Amino acid sequence: MSTILSLPDQTTARIPKRNYLNNENGLLSWLLTGDHKRIAILYLISITFFFFIGGALAGLIRLELLTPQSDLMAADTYNKVFSMHGIIMVFLFLVPSVPATIGNFLIPIMVGARDLAFPKINLLSWYLYVIGGCLTLWAMITGGVDTGWTFTTPLSTHYLNTNVVTAGMAIFIAGFASIFTGLNFIVTIHRMRAPGMTWFKLPLFVWSHYAASILMVLGTPVLAIALVLVVLERTIGIGVFDPTKGGDPLLFQHLFWFYSHPAVYIMILPGMGVISEVISTFSRKRVFGYSAVAFSSVAIAVFGFFVWEHHMFIMGVSNYSTLIFSLLTMLVAVPSSIKIFNWAFTLYKGSITFETPMLYAFGFMGLFTIGGLTGVFLGASGTDIHLTETYFIVAHFHFVMVGGMLMAFLSGIHFWWPKMTGRMYPEKLSQLAAVVTFIGFNFTFFPQFLLGMLGMPRRYAAYPPEFQVLNVFSSAGASILGVGYLLPILYLLWSLKYGKIAGNNPWQATGLEWQIQSPPLTENFVEIPIVTQDAYDYEWLERQKEREVTQVG
Amino acid sequence: MDHISPVLWQFLVKWLTNFAVIPPEASKVAPQMDALLLFMTLVSLVGLVLVILLVVTFSILYRRERHPVAVQIEGSTLLEATWTIIPLGLFLVMFVWGSVLYFRIYTPPPNAMQIYVVGKQWMWKAEHPGGQHEINSLHVPINQPVQLTLISQDVFHSFSMPAFRVKREAIPGRYTTVWFEATQEGTYHLFCSQYCGTAHSAMIGQIVVMSQDGYKKWLASSTSGVSLAQDGERLFASLSCNACHNGTPSARGPNLAGVYGSTLTLSDGQRVTVDDEYLRQAILNPSAHITQGYAPIMPTYQGQVSEEGLFSLVEYIKNLDSNYRIQQTTNTTTLAPVATATVPNAATKGMVKP
Repeated sequence: MSTILSLPDQTTARIPKRNYLNNENGLLSWLLTGDHKRIAILYLISITFFFFIGGALAGLIRLELLTPQSDLMAADTYNKVFSMHGIIMVFLFLVPSVPATIGNFLIPIMVGARDLAFPKINLLSWYLYVIGGCLTLWAMITGGVDTGWTFTTPLSTHYLNTNVVTAGMAIFIAGFASIFTGLNFIVTIHRMRAPGMTWFKLPLFVWSHYAASILMVLGTPVLAIALVLVVLERTIGIGVFDPTKGGDPLLFQHLFWFYSHPAVYIMILPGMGVISEVISTFSRKRVFGYSAVAFSSVAIAVFGFFVWEHHMFIMGVSNYSTLIFSLLTMLVAVPSSIKIFNWAFTLYKGSITFETPMLYAFGFMGLFTIGGLTGVFLGASGTDIHLTETYFIVAHFHFVMVGGMLMAFLSGIHFWWPKMTGRMYPEKLSQLAAVVTFIGFNFTFFPQFLLGMLGMPRRYAAYPPEFQVLNVFSSAGASILGVGYLLPILYLLWSLKYGKIAGNNPWQATGLEWQIQSPPLTENFVEIPIVTQDAYDYEWLERQKEREVTQVG
Repeated sequence: MDHISPVLWQFLVKWLTNFAVIPPEASKVAPQMDALLLFMTLVSLVGLVLVILLVVTFSILYRRERHPVAVQIEGSTLLEATWTIIPLGLFLVMFVWGSVLYFRIYTPPPNAMQIYVVGKQWMWKAEHPGGQHEINSLHVPINQPVQLTLISQDVFHSFSMPAFRVKREAIPGRYTTVWFEATQEGTYHLFCSQYCGTAHSAMIGQIVVMSQDGYKKWLASSTSGVSLAQDGERLFASLSCNACHNGTPSARGPNLAGVYGSTLTLSDGQRVTVDDEYLRQAILNPSAHITQGYAPIMPTYQGQVSEEGLFSLVEYIKNLDSNYRIQQTTNTTTLAPVATATVPNAATKGMVKP
């Protein structure tokens, strides 16, 4: 297989003497840093930590579901395990995954700025995240919480005696981390673009983060409101969700899903940004229909706010409101399908190589297509009645979130690893990990579609024995998936010391981040670039290379 | 097959012989649901295969070995319009088809037989109008539309009947309804599909579809002797509803005979149709439901009547077509004997033990 990888001569190459990693030393220089790249690394370490806790809980869930009885753990332990899995994975891994790590690292460099607009708020965002994360762990260790990640009232307010308040406050605090990240991105993208960097020269990664940031800033406060109301209802009984006091339990559903549906797009949009960069780079081509992909991100962000009620089709809402929300849900599916086809046609007449980030991106396209199309099954109100609240839902959002988002995250981590650390990861091993993840993923989650069709409800510690075989398949697949996730952790750590020196631009990519040294300087650019080239302008890159050769020669 | 564990082997054989991707089609709406599911699955497969084909074909044709220099292409409005409009069209077909199905599932036919269901942590309690109570099971006749009126006594539950392709959330504080018409005798799963706390996964039961005759026999053998409406009449008297709602010209409360299904004008000018939900709300929160021309003097019954009791009262008022018996109980010091009680409507449905 040929590759576009071009590394400097390993005998003479060195990691640049001065870079953001060794600019200052000592723990305090990290904990008090304002450098967006260092904060990205702090975030990367913390979300990986939470990912492995959430993953271990997922392992426990699958282990319990090997048999129809609840024999590994009691039903309420199981309830706590899946609740903590959901809370940790959604709020502490998926929401910050790409934006707070890769996005934080790259957005300023991509727009040609020295840092985000508010470096201290960026650091504050990480501290809030850590406080939220620690509170979540505290809630878990001191007895857990068994509301499910959805905190459904009145179960969460009146009928559980677990740490609902602690967990609710933890999410409340972590939510502000997300708001601050979004705010920083919006201001940076608007105000700090380098001279010549117009909106339509921005990489699509920036566009998708812009769209996601709008969702974060407008959506997350509503979640915060919903959680505060839950806490107030639970502690002093204000009664907003209590029908005996004139409240309405459906109001909580409206508030919660008003955030939590857009949250799905907060999670997936940055991932889509990664895929645009990766597919373009490894097919050496401008993304097919740049503006369609850019605007589809914005369209998703806008429509994403008007579909929340599709989580409530069977909850006794008016049939006519269902009609509206079902229609809007169908509309929000269209921009996603546009993106998939645009990526596929980016390959057309390209010059394609199959390095690890590209393999993960292919995995993303396949799994996200399945995840998206099964979403249409749930958006059509009639079929939603049969499929909702079953394993079909579980399979659907894991295809989107894990098959889509996590694949994109891993794709991005591999793609920008040389930029972040200055060193390459081992290619063959990582290709193996990508394939193992893909196979394990399908084994784990495809059987769950069938379980859902058969009517197996989600969040069941025990289930009728006829569902066992499919559950065994799913659990077996989860063990393969686990290997797929452990491998990158091991070889990426290994590569920090033993990986090959990457040089400035190992992938021959066009983004501004690839034109500076790896790892970058603390101030990113020696002098702020003046941007004349388009995004994904491979001809410009060729000319640059030629000019270097003639100048040096 | 020595090298395969016999347990695993048996397991696979058993599964392959029983392999199913869809539960039995046991209701009238099930084949319609499955037709749409099949259509969607086919469209999805075509879409997925198309994406895979594009990616694989381009990956082979334009891999670097074969195609070393990429040709830069801006995009194509025509192509992009194609893959915007075709998916949009398909999604709209699914939307219309799905909505038709949705309205069908949640719009009960007028001749549906009524069963009331209370969900509580962690059991389902079904109440037939004839006074049959069952827990975690539901007996229904074949080929007869059945409407369920659901409510939860505590948290959200969801009454899920996969074999009928129908489910509906049971919510605290308001009635929800769903209907189905069973078409195949047998025993099917009943699940609670909304997470409701510790024993959520134990909140399951069976739906037994019986022949019309079998159902009549079952009704006769399981009756508690007091129909829901009779129970409602008892409550109506013991809560002293009859003190005001007695239909006499000087009554302080509106006449309830024949009120069900009629349209009332409330004191704030709003016009409402009297249905189960309205009756429930008017009992629990009377001050917000004052019929025009009456004083707001009715006290709330919040916390004094159980959900089952409310169902009885609703069933009683629903079937009340004269005030004769109410006036009898208020006019005499001793209650009239109820042994001869016949409840109109219910009798014609065959719900009361003769």
